[in-house]
Amino acid sequence: MSKVLMKGNEAIAESAIRAGCRYFFGYPITPQNEIPEYLSRAMPEVGGVFLQAESEIAAINMVFGAAVTGARVMTSSSSPGISLKQEGISYIAGARLPCVVVNIMRAGPGLGGILPGQADYFQATRGGGNGDYRHIVYAPSTVQEAADLMYEAFDKAEKYRVPVMLLGDGMLGQMMEPVEFKDHISPDFPEKEWALNGTGNRREPRKIYSLDVNPVTLEEHNRLLASVYEEITREEVRQEYFDLEQAEVVAVAYGTTARIVREAIGICRSEGLRVGMIRPVTLWPYPEAAFELIGKSCKGILCVEMSLGQMIDDVKIAVKGRQPVFFHGRTGGMVPEADDIANEIRRIAGACGRSE
Amino acid sequence: MAKGKVVVDIEICKGCELCTDVCPVKILVMEKNLLNQSGYLPVKVVDMDKCIACGNCAVVCPDSAISVYKLDGQE
Amino acid sequence: MKTVYERSKGLQSNPMHYCPGCSHGTIHKLIAEALVELDVLGDTIGVAPVGCAVFAYNYFNCDITEAAHGRPPAVATGIKRVFPGKIVFTYQGDGDLAAIGTSEIIHAAHRGEKITTIFVNNATYGMTGGQLAPTTLVNQVATTAPGGRDESSYGKPIKMCELLATIDGARFIERVAVDTPTNIRKAKKAIINAFKCQINRIGFSMVEVLSSCPTNLKLSPVDSLKWLQKNMIPYYPLGNFRKPAEVMG
Repeated sequence: MSKVLMKGNEAIAESAIRAGCRYFFGYPITPQNEIPEYLSRAMPEVGGVFLQAESEIAAINMVFGAAVTGARVMTSSSSPGISLKQEGISYIAGARLPCVVVNIMRAGPGLGGILPGQADYFQATRGGGNGDYRHIVYAPSTVQEAADLMYEAFDKAEKYRVPVMLLGDGMLGQMMEPVEFKDHISPDFPEKEWALNGTGNRREPRKIYSLDVNPVTLEEHNRLLASVYEEITREEVRQEYFDLEQAEVVAVAYGTTARIVREAIGICRSEGLRVGMIRPVTLWPYPEAAFELIGKSCKGILCVEMSLGQMIDDVKIAVKGRQPVFFHGRTGGMVPEADDIANEIRRIAGACGRSE
Repeated sequence: MAKGKVVVDIEICKGCELCTDVCPVKILVMEKNLLNQSGYLPVKVVDMDKCIACGNCAVVCPDSAISVYKLDGQE
Repeated sequence: MKTVYERSKGLQSNPMHYCPGCSHGTIHKLIAEALVELDVLGDTIGVAPVGCAVFAYNYFNCDITEAAHGRPPAVATGIKRVFPGKIVFTYQGDGDLAAIGTSEIIHAAHRGEKITTIFVNNATYGMTGGQLAPTTLVNQVATTAPGGRDESSYGKPIKMCELLATIDGARFIERVAVDTPTNIRKAKKAIINAFKCQINRIGFSMVEVLSSCPTNLKLSPVDSLKWLQKNMIPYYPLGNFRKPAEVMG
């Protein structure tokens, strides 16, 4: 399998097709338009369906409709459009339907800006829709990783009957990198006995719903969801980390920001500092266990995000007060710079106990 | 000689009275004393011999509580 | 002995939760009978609304899904695009179709989605206790319009059949009422024709059914149908607004 040079958005779209997705419903929004545009050509070629909906709300509800039939279906959008989809995602989660939602984040809040951001972390991991639900959140750092994670996204969505979100940002969506589309064989999934496909006059009618006015059974349903989420938390955490045991400073970042952090770490190491890193690949479930591996010499954790600080909450939860947690972030579409991050690392390494 | 037969499932009937309004021979009347298990006063047929099997009562019943049959003269 | 009328096989045997005399029960019957007579029940997937009919999935004898308020046409689009050969219908009330869901219904019609929508117009928001609906008549009292619908604030009631009939993809549009046995039988014919429009893959079809909500009108079922005749039918004229023969010239 050879490598091709592709835009992140296009690689995500191509990967979806190879993962067996045959239904796409979406709406244009910068900076992810290449995804619907690519699929408008590619879906019909594989006998799939591409439909540009009248809004992001309509699109997520079309996803709900295709999902009730058991089909592999996805939508994509960017931050403000993902806000519109929150109702639909909550319904999909409540009804236990599989689907994939791609968010190519941009700066916010409100209409915000069209340049990259990471300020939808809360929305993605805390659930922007109503109710107790979760969805797996994958945060690729490279175009290759985005392509690889799309396969996982569809498989896990089907395995656990949950929505799965692939969280990228405008940089990832727009950059071109070499990508190799690996051969992937999905696991064998059991027949979907919940899927709606017509009784054929041979079986009892089925229903799909998230409403239950009986609090006893609705609580049972919520506990069932909780048990699924617990299983996901045990089985599906993904992360990358290095040099945690001896580190003086550990940096934590995800997505494209992690690549800039890595460069900053390189600068600091060349000066003799011992710096480690944790790069969450699943933002939910969060790789809390990795933080237990941080050694006694660590003077502080530096969380770097393209936001005012959202993942930092999960960092603090994982750190459990063992080390002080510091933050460096840019927002509004500004991208963090390696030199600034390196300065922060030096400051933490040099001055112990500095408050945030 | 009855032309038709009306069967009411009194447990399904909600006592809405719509059927009484549409019976052309006025043989449907609401019970005054017999509550069903849901607490409704269901409808009853008072003079089955007059039934012409038009089916209006059944058509109008929102709950499919009424079945109507046409008799073939031997019954 | 010949059967003149029996409970349709298109309905499950569960007792319905609707109020005594509510038109929902009547309309459910007509859809169920249509699906059985057209022999498509086993290939049908329905989309239930938010409203009193949210529990429709307990009554129709076919696969049904819930949908978020107003979204059934989009959900139905998703299903129909996966299964173009199956029969997909939405069942929606005033709020679902004419308020929050106007974008979804207009665009489903605009795309000519081959789905069938049954629109239950009872001029109120029944399930939530009788609030103002886009279809509530001028001066008709509602819990959020205690002095009656104020035209200067809310405009005149919306006529969905007339609106959708301007859209090319909307190939069968008809308004009926379920106030008398005659009209109920006509309503059933319209519903059958609407489903035929889908079965023959012609385009989007909708039947608007003028109905009554006795509970929120605070009238007996018999009187609420008389209210419908006196007040709704003059404003919402019955009849066909679009049918395939016309479109095909």
